[in-house]
Amino acid sequence: MKILMFGWEFPPHILGGLGTASYGLTKGLADQGNMDITFCLPKPFGDEDRSFMNIIGMNNVPIAWRDVDYNYVQDRIGKTMDPQVYFSLRDHIYADFNYMNVNDLGCVEFSGRYPDNLHEEINNYSIVAGVVARQQEFDIIHAHDWLTYPAGIHAKQVSGKPLCIHVHATDFDRSRGHVNPTVYSIEKNGMNHADCIMCVSELTRQTVIHQYYQDPRKVFTMHNAVYPLRQEYQDIPRPDHSKREKVVTFLGRITMQKGPEYFVEAANMVLHRTHNVRFCMAGNGDMMNAMIYLAAEKGIADRFHFPGFMRGKQVYECLKNSDVYVMPSVSEPFGISPLEAMQCGTPSIISKQSGCAEILTNCIKVDYWDIHALSDSIYSICHNPSLFKYLQEEGKNEVDQITWEKVGGRILRLYEQTIQNGNK
Amino acid sequence: MKTICLYFEIHQIIHLKRYRFFDIGTDHYYYDDYENERSINDIVERSYMPALRTFLQMCKENGQFFKLAFSLSGCAIEQLEIHAPQVLEILQELNDTGCVEFLAEPYSHGLSSLANEDSFAEEVKRQSEKIYEFFGKKPTVLRNSSLIYSNDIGGQVAAMGFKGILTEGAKHVLGWKSPHYVYNCSIAPNLKLLLRDIELSDDICLRFNNSDWEGYPLFADNYIGHIASYPQEEQVFNIFMELTSLGIAQPLSSNILEFFKALPACAKSQNITFSTPTDICMKMKSMGAIDVPDTLSWVDEERDCSCWLGNPMQREAFNKLYSIADRVRICNDGLLNQDWYYLQASNNFRFMTTKPSSVGMIRGIYDSPFDAFTNYMNILGDFINRVNSLYPDDIDNDELNGLLTTIKNQGDEIEMKEKEILRLQTKLNKIEVMKEKEEAKAMVKIAKAKKAKAALKKATKSKQEDTEQPEKLETAISEVNKATETVE
Repeated sequence: MKILMFGWEFPPHILGGLGTASYGLTKGLADQGNMDITFCLPKPFGDEDRSFMNIIGMNNVPIAWRDVDYNYVQDRIGKTMDPQVYFSLRDHIYADFNYMNVNDLGCVEFSGRYPDNLHEEINNYSIVAGVVARQQEFDIIHAHDWLTYPAGIHAKQVSGKPLCIHVHATDFDRSRGHVNPTVYSIEKNGMNHADCIMCVSELTRQTVIHQYYQDPRKVFTMHNAVYPLRQEYQDIPRPDHSKREKVVTFLGRITMQKGPEYFVEAANMVLHRTHNVRFCMAGNGDMMNAMIYLAAEKGIADRFHFPGFMRGKQVYECLKNSDVYVMPSVSEPFGISPLEAMQCGTPSIISKQSGCAEILTNCIKVDYWDIHALSDSIYSICHNPSLFKYLQEEGKNEVDQITWEKVGGRILRLYEQTIQNGNK
Repeated sequence: MKTICLYFEIHQIIHLKRYRFFDIGTDHYYYDDYENERSINDIVERSYMPALRTFLQMCKENGQFFKLAFSLSGCAIEQLEIHAPQVLEILQELNDTGCVEFLAEPYSHGLSSLANEDSFAEEVKRQSEKIYEFFGKKPTVLRNSSLIYSNDIGGQVAAMGFKGILTEGAKHVLGWKSPHYVYNCSIAPNLKLLLRDIELSDDICLRFNNSDWEGYPLFADNYIGHIASYPQEEQVFNIFMELTSLGIAQPLSSNILEFFKALPACAKSQNITFSTPTDICMKMKSMGAIDVPDTLSWVDEERDCSCWLGNPMQREAFNKLYSIADRVRICNDGLLNQDWYYLQASNNFRFMTTKPSSVGMIRGIYDSPFDAFTNYMNILGDFINRVNSLYPDDIDNDELNGLLTTIKNQGDEIEMKEKEILRLQTKLNKIEVMKEKEEAKAMVKIAKAKKAKAALKKATKSKQEDTEQPEKLETAISEVNKATETVE
C-alpha cells in the first residue's frame, strides 16, 4: 500500500510531542510490511531516519519552472533529495506561482518551526502539496495535525484518494476552551473533508464529535504508544532513595494546559505534614514565574525546585532520579511523558483528564482539581515501599506492552476499511 | 440416605470513609456512617428480610424436616443491631423453631487465622459469646472467613474444641475424591470437614438467573433430581453461599425464593433429608483425612488467598496490620478493639486486588486498587500511632505483657485484700453487736441485782468478763489496720 503523509515535525529535530508520535506511527506502519510511505516535511535537515520511508522536503519542491541543470540541483539539494525527483516534480507544476516568493530553484522556503507567520507557511505548504499530489502515486492520504490539513484536502481534491487525518490535539486542549477562530476553522474544514479521523484518545474523539460536529462513524480512537528506551538511557542508574529524601517531579511545559498550580498546591499540603520530600518542576513556560511566586508565597520554596528546561539525556536522568512523576494536566489529548516515566521505573500520577489515562492501569489517576487526592497519592507512594515497588514493576511491564507496532497494525486496518468504504 | 446441608453467610463490612494522610493524628473515626446505613438497609430490604421470612415460613410448614445453618460475623451483628434489629428478631424466631444452627466464625470476618493464632482464637471466642448472647446456644461447628482452611488452621480449630469446620470442596485438593462425604483434618482426626459442593452451590448463587446457562431455568425438582442421581454412597450435599445471593446476586424477580420453597417437598419425594452441620458431624463417619498444606478458600477460580494477599501492597497492609496484633490483644482496650475488628475485615484487602476478574468487582468508594491501598494505609497509620501512644513502642511485647500481668496481679491482690477487709469488718460488726448484747445483758443483770439487791458478787464477775472483751476488739482492729496498710 502506498501512503502519502503530511507532517510538520520529525525527529531528531522536534519541538513537541507531534514529531515523536509521527515517527512512531510511521515506523509502526512500516513494520507491517509491504508499505510504501512518502512523508512530506516542510524542511528536512537530512539527518532523519529514511530507512523505512521516503522523505520529501517541501522546501525542495518546485512550484515555478526554473531551467536548472542536474549538477546544479545535485549541488543545491542533493543532501536531502534526489535530483531526479526534483525534475519529476517540476513536470507537475499546475499553475504559475512566479508571483510568490520563490528561490532560484522555484521552491518556497519553510522555517519548519512555528513562526509568527504560521498561517502563511500553512498556506504555502498546501500549495506545494498540490505539486506533490500530482506527481506521486498513492492509495491514501494521511495528514498529521491541523497544520497539514489544508495540504491533505488539496491532495484529496487533486487525486480523489481518501483522506485520513490524525488529530494529535485540538485547539480546545491548547486554550482551555477559548479557541482561536482561524485555527478552529482550519481544523473543522479538515475534519469535514476527511474520510477517516483518527484521534489520539477517546477524550479527543469526544471533542471532535461534540465541538467539531463530526459523524461519530468516521471518528476513531488511535492511542499513541511509546518506543523502548534507548540503551544509553536504560543504562542510567536509578539512585536508591529508600530511607532518604524522596523526589516528586513535574516535567513539561509550565503552561495553563498542564495544570502546574495544582502540583504546587499538592506539594504544599504534603510538605505541611512531612519533610523528607522534595518537589521538582522541570520545564519552561509562560506560567513559570507565577509558579515560583506561588511556591514562595506558600513558604515551601526551600523544598520546591525549578531546574528549568531539560533536553535529551537530562530528561531521563531527572525521571530516573524521581520517586513519583506527576502530570496534573487540565486537558491532555494523550500525553506520552507518563509512559516515558514508567519506562524509567518511576510511578506516575496522572489526571483523569489525560488521554493516556484511558490505556494505563498501573498508575494512579486523580481529577486534576482534586489536590487532596493528589497529595494523598504522593504521600502514599513516598511512604509505602510496596506501592512504589508495585507501580514501578507493573508499570514498566505494562508500558512495554504498548508498542507502535500494534498501533501500526490498527492504522493499517483502518486504511483498508476506509479505502473499501470509498470504493462502495 | 442423602442429606442436604444448607448454610448461609451473613456478613457486611463497616465501610471505611475517605481518609487523607493529613487526617492522621487528628481524626480517629474511620467509618462512613452514611454508606453503612445505606448499604445495610438496602441489603436488608432486598435480600435478608425476604429470604429470612421465606425460611421462617418453610421451617414452620415443614416441622423438623427442613433445616439450615447461618453464621454471622461480629461486624454484621453490630450493624444489624444498630440499623436493622428486625433481622436479628427474625433470626431469633427462626432459632426458636429448632431447625436452625448458628456457626462460629471470626468476629471480624478477617484473615487472622493466617497471621496470629491467639488473635484468631480470641476472635472466635468473642463471636461465639455474641451468638450465645443472642441465640442461647454455643456454636459447635466453625466456618472461617470465606471458608479459609489449611491443615494448620484445622489443628487450631480442633484445639478450640470444635467438632467440625466448613470449607471449600476445591478440585485441586480433592482430586478424584467426591465432596459428598465427610472427611477429617489430617492433623486433627476428630475435626470433621464439610466440603462445599461447588457445582450445586454455584448453580444457585452464581448462575440461577443467567439465561445463557444451559441449566436455565433451574427448577427445584430438577435440582433435587440431580442430587438424587448421584450414587447411593454419596450422602452429604453441602450447599453454602452468602445470604445476599438471594436477592442481590440473583434478584428476587428470578423467583429464587419460590425455588427454595419448593425444595423440601421435592426432597421428601426423593427421600432426601435436610441436616445442620452439627447433625452431620455427629451422625456421619469420616471417610478419611484430607491433606491441605496450602490455604484454601471459596473465592475466585483459584480458590486460594490471592484475592486478599495476591500483590505486594495487600501483603504490606496485611503484615502491618498483624504486626500489632499481639499488642492490641494484650492491651485489650475497648475502643482499640472495636477499630481492630473493623480494620481486619477481609473486604478491605479485597478492594486492593489487582487480579483481573470476570466477575464485576465492586470497589466501594475507591476507584482503583491504589486508591484503596492509600486510604487503608492512612487509616492503619493512625491506628498504629494510637496503639503506640497508649503503649509506647520501645516497650517490647514481653515486657509489656509482664507489666500488664503485674498490674493485673496487683489488681487481684487488691481484690483479695478487699475481701479480707470485708470479712474482718463483718467480724468486727459481729463483735460489736455481741458487745452491745453483753452490755445489755449486764445492764439487765445489774438491774436484776439492784432489783434483787442481791448476788453482787456475780455481777462483779460478769463485769470482769466485759473488760476482757474490749481487749479482743482491740486486737481485731489492729489486724484490720495492718491489712489496709499492706494494701496501700
